[in-house]
Amino acid sequence: MEKAIVVNGLRKSFKDTDVLKGVDLEVKRGEIFALLGSNGAGKTTMVRILTTLLNPDGGTATVNGFDVAARPDQVRQSISLTGQFAAVDEILTGRENVILIAKLRHLKNPRQVADHMLERFGLTEAADRKASAYSGGMRRRLDIALSLVGNPQIIFLDEPTTGLDPEARIEVWKTVKELADGGTTIFLTTQYLDEAEQLADRIAILHEGRIITNGTLEELKQLFPPAKVEYVEKQPSLEEIFLAIIGNKEGK
Amino acid sequence: MNRYFFSDMSVMLGRSMRHIFRSMDTIITVCITPIAMMLLFVYVFGGAIQTGTDNYVNYLLPGILLIAIASGISYTAYRLFMDKQRGIIERFNSMPISRSALLWGHVLTSLVSNMISLVVIILVALIMGFRSTAGILPWLAVTGILVLFTLALTWVAAIAGLSGKSVEGASAFSYPLIFLPFISSAFVPTDSMPKVIRAFAENQPVTSIVETIRALLSSQPVGNDIWIALAWCVGIMLVAYVFAMRAYKRRAV
Repeated sequence: MEKAIVVNGLRKSFKDTDVLKGVDLEVKRGEIFALLGSNGAGKTTMVRILTTLLNPDGGTATVNGFDVAARPDQVRQSISLTGQFAAVDEILTGRENVILIAKLRHLKNPRQVADHMLERFGLTEAADRKASAYSGGMRRRLDIALSLVGNPQIIFLDEPTTGLDPEARIEVWKTVKELADGGTTIFLTTQYLDEAEQLADRIAILHEGRIITNGTLEELKQLFPPAKVEYVEKQPSLEEIFLAIIGNKEGK
Repeated sequence: MNRYFFSDMSVMLGRSMRHIFRSMDTIITVCITPIAMMLLFVYVFGGAIQTGTDNYVNYLLPGILLIAIASGISYTAYRLFMDKQRGIIERFNSMPISRSALLWGHVLTSLVSNMISLVVIILVALIMGFRSTAGILPWLAVTGILVLFTLALTWVAAIAGLSGKSVEGASAFSYPLIFLPFISSAFVPTDSMPKVIRAFAENQPVTSIVETIRALLSSQPVGNDIWIALAWCVGIMLVAYVFAMRAYKRRAV
């Protein structure tokens, strides 16, 4: 089976607002697919439908070969969701969070899974602190770690770097790339163009409830007139300055 | 029913019990208010209240237990609301786990934590001179009624927690429930009340439950009260269960 996700004519409205007006898209196995769109474009609605949290009003969506509306249990077996807001249990420690999810995924050795995951995400030291004491970046890492428990084949990341500082953002990017290298299919939504450019194999732009373009970065670039060569003095961006300074400090 | 229902539910129960033991204030608050009320009524007002019994603690205890339950269940609404708010419910719902495991986990947590507070309150009552002539069977019957009452109110709390728009809204619903025992035979016999209030007091659920528990604990015949009490508890529980499940499924699809 070639396709991880197939969406045809997907429609959804809330009261009088049509959020999705017939969305078509396909995601291949093992690729990073970025759904790009401004706030309110319907990205989260898309993710909620594909992760079985919401039923579509019309059209079809299959994930890992299963129809999301008809066979949600099979879909849930193959996916995991990292939502816009870190869905960790703040009263539990990092370790307890991972054990909780491992138990709910009915894995055999929840403790071992926890040790492994916490190490992988650099949370071993903080493992026995309450998640409420974590920084934003740590919480996001824990959140992503929770999503990877049980090695789901398809991972949905809904605006994974919104609200993160630049360092934490780059960390998330690194994790996403590693996952994709391991063969996991990743469906990512973002409002940051550079994020899509950095990560995605394919990019689709969702605008006013429809996909207006869909393709690789190269294909999208070809839609525009060829690049002109201009000589402009390149100023470092604030992000580059920030990272350079932080990097120097940590290097010493 | 999902084949993992019981294991999923016990994981969820473990999770929210941990929440409770991490914030002992919830257990303490649930115990302190009823105990303070018991002290106040026994040592301050008690002397002036004519109940026809010589031991006012014995008379008062059943009502105090119901007040403790009514305030205890509001934490279930609070915890459900917080789960809903923080998005963790979406993680659970996108995982292959039994749909209602989370809700049942919260309900059982409410039951266990309320039973713990009831035991603490009964111990304090014993120190204050509460004595019961009841044997094992009547005590089991009392426990059964308290369990049913807790479950009934917990499902009411679940509706509030799932459909509330704010923390305050989700937990404020329990205030009227805490007041119901005051307009019943929990503190004073209903004979002294004005006609209309008396009619209300004698026909609301708390009176029949209080009368049943009181009769069981003092080895008196329970008469019809026990059936009325059971009917109220089971009735409220079933209706609230249906509405809570509906609210839960509407959220979860």
